[in-house]
Amino acid sequence: MPGGITLQATGTGRPAFEALKDTYKGVLKISLLLALTYLIAHGLSSVLPAADYRALPVMGNRVAVWIFAQLHLMFGAFVLGVPIFALITEIVGVATREQRYDELAREFTKLLAMAYTVTAVLGCVLLVLLVTLYPKLTGYLSQNFKPTWILYVVLIFGEVVLAYLYWTTWDGTQGARKKWHLLLGLLVNLWGTAILFVADIWVTFMMSPAGIDDAGNVTNLWQAVNNHTWMPINVHRLLANVAFGGAIAAAYAAVRFLNARTAEERARFDWMGYVGSFIAIAAFLPLPFAGYWLGREIYQFSQQMGVSMMGGSFAWLWILQAFLIGSLFFAANFYLWLGMGRIPGAERYTRYQVAMMLVLTLGFVVWATPRSIIATGVEMAAMGGSHHPFLGLFGVMAAKNTAVNLMILTTFLSFMLYRRANRVPLVTWASAGKIVQGLVIAVASGVVLFYGVYSYYVTSMVRIGFSVYQVLAVLVAMAVFVAVDIPMLRGARQIGAIRWGEIPARAQYALFFMAITFTWLMGLMGYIRSGIRQYWHIYGRIADESAHAFTMTHGHATLIVSGIVIVFFLLVSVVFALAARHEDRPEAA
Amino acid sequence: MMLRLTFWLALALYGAVYAALRLAIHPPIPASVLTIYMLLTAIAILVFVSADERRFTQFIAPLAAVFEGRAPRAARIAVLAVIPLAAAWATYVRVAPSADAPFELRVIHPEPPSSLSVHGRRVEIAGLQNPLRAKGSELDKPIREGKTIYYQNCFFCHGDALAGDGHFAQAFRPIPANFRDVGTISMLQESYVFWRVATGGAGLPKSATPWNSAMPVWQDFLTEEEIWKAILYIYAGSGSTPRTWDDEVKHDKH
Ligand code: HEC
Repeated sequence: MPGGITLQATGTGRPAFEALKDTYKGVLKISLLLALTYLIAHGLSSVLPAADYRALPVMGNRVAVWIFAQLHLMFGAFVLGVPIFALITEIVGVATREQRYDELAREFTKLLAMAYTVTAVLGCVLLVLLVTLYPKLTGYLSQNFKPTWILYVVLIFGEVVLAYLYWTTWDGTQGARKKWHLLLGLLVNLWGTAILFVADIWVTFMMSPAGIDDAGNVTNLWQAVNNHTWMPINVHRLLANVAFGGAIAAAYAAVRFLNARTAEERARFDWMGYVGSFIAIAAFLPLPFAGYWLGREIYQFSQQMGVSMMGGSFAWLWILQAFLIGSLFFAANFYLWLGMGRIPGAERYTRYQVAMMLVLTLGFVVWATPRSIIATGVEMAAMGGSHHPFLGLFGVMAAKNTAVNLMILTTFLSFMLYRRANRVPLVTWASAGKIVQGLVIAVASGVVLFYGVYSYYVTSMVRIGFSVYQVLAVLVAMAVFVAVDIPMLRGARQIGAIRWGEIPARAQYALFFMAITFTWLMGLMGYIRSGIRQYWHIYGRIADESAHAFTMTHGHATLIVSGIVIVFFLLVSVVFALAARHEDRPEAA
Repeated sequence: MMLRLTFWLALALYGAVYAALRLAIHPPIPASVLTIYMLLTAIAILVFVSADERRFTQFIAPLAAVFEGRAPRAARIAVLAVIPLAAAWATYVRVAPSADAPFELRVIHPEPPSSLSVHGRRVEIAGLQNPLRAKGSELDKPIREGKTIYYQNCFFCHGDALAGDGHFAQAFRPIPANFRDVGTISMLQESYVFWRVATGGAGLPKSATPWNSAMPVWQDFLTEEEIWKAILYIYAGSGSTPRTWDDEVKHDKH
């Protein structure tokens, strides 16, 4: 039995009763945890002498809060991303009538109970830390945002109930009742999204406060909620969660693939890795657009904040970010191309790889070109400033947008070639269809390039409009391509079946790489987002008066981020290992 | 067959990229950027050759031959000699003394303050607009006056063509800003430029260390209006426009 995934967790006897019992246990667990947190936080606050700030020895307030907030966020992303991932695969399973998708979705949903617990524990520790170390700020936030806190707690309970039901009713709703299960899955995700949106309120308010009077009291709650950065961060995080969930699923599959002993197991986990990476990359492709929107809102909210983010001291971290994102594009294409090695008929497309690699590399080069170049005095004199007359062209946003659009298009193309690798369309209009597809890609690249070059000749206002055209061109091209592809490949002749399991082992490392890079990016970008508030708790309104108000060096900050990533993967491994142990155990009598 | 030459083609490509970047681009690319580019080239080549089983086998074939002892003796000795020599060379390059001034990690565009003091008056940066533009299209006269101000004050450093190449330019590190560069005033809001001109190098914040900018504090010599006129001119004269955001003052409404 490959991996033992068909194990019944709810038993066969009284599924409804078992389902309720498990859900009840989950609710009880969360209630106890919250009660305990309240008692500890309250107890500590009353025992410790009153103060605006309290110092945590050794680690320091800021680093402690940072670590737990980031870990909580990563696990939060995981428990929100996994149900999205599960629902998508479940739907695909229903649509294609392939049982293995359903099993995959079920296997990941199984992780949720444990992952929720870890998330909740981390969140509770964070809450205790905030209440005891930053009593003044926490007091301010809880006082001004009381309705949202109550909503948050209600939502959490709802999410726990729904998620447990989603998991425990899985086996009982196969067949005719499947649609109700899908509905439940949708509810889990809507609920999870609501939680995310509420949590984002506090974070974004601290960045871009709105709806408050001069004394700093919130006068209009809705304005405070719907501040400049709220929606962009909501969207950005939602997409990132899907990508993250997929990437972690793929990394898990990679571990299992590399440890597999039979060809059957290898085939299964090879396929699982592919599905995970597919969802991860699909969600990753629109992320740069969402990020661009967020950046724009930040600039609009405060030029000062925008400049310190992109042009000021944080600019160097964006070079790191560019490296990570560029590498993600490399890894995604690398994985797909290696995967094509196990698809009969894919040889037909290998020759395109040269051109595609060239586009990806040039895009990467543009992304990684810093705006202000590190140069010696002699080099600076030769360049006439810190801006190289030629390379300087790559440093600006117009170039980076153009590059990322082309990289997205290329990666999309890799996917499409992968999709058709072993198929020969039989419809009469196949050659016309291919010409249309080729044309839309060519036109979209042309539009992207044209506006990319043209934006150097227009004012910044117009330039911003251009980036919208570029994105639209790419989106339309992708939509048209797929719209032609689906009917064209219907009833196509198969050259041969995909030889699942025969992918070279090094492809699996690309999957690890993607998961780790996603996580690292989340940590790094999170630091930038939070760091650009500089010495403010609430930007421009409430200053951080603790000893830790300074901006630390990049070296120090990136080390902390890296440490967090390591701890996160250790914790995730524990969750997976415990779930696997559960699964390997023979069914208890 | 090209495929059999994969390894050599990869080496040749790497060399060709290096040569092109070194020779074809003027002024020369600074070493820091060249390092980034060559690193990317290496990664790209490796990703490409290993993304296909056949390319990969061919790529490692010469290496495998050397390390598994199948290659001619001379080739093996050469490879084994090159490895420590390359390490030694890299070490030498890192420690060899040079007459170059050290790198300067200068932040060119640090964050502006939220407000600044001009002639003793507090000016808020947020929502600050060039008052001369507000008057509508009547810009010719102020631009002409700005030009005069420019030639009386800024020209010596920022140059006749506004390209940061005035007579004194080479005497300063950092050298004066090149207003024709897409990376300077054309990507800054006018309020930012006003702050920079009014407070000069001395007004740069902590994050823009080292404080060695020669840019004078112009509010000590010019009136506020003269500064705005000069700004109008540097935009008009360099053929660029300030950065604007469609609803720039939106957040004031909240
Ligand atoms: C003594 C030489 C000198 C003179 C005279 C001078 N500048 Fe500068 N300026 C510099 C230097 C050096 C820099 C670059 C370092 C910096 O940003 O502070 C600079 C930078 C600037 C910048 C910042 C551009 C950017 O991209 O950040 C502006 C704007 C500027 N100068 C405007 C002016 C104006 C307007 C005048 C005349 C009223 C003027 N400068 C006169 C030396 C000078």
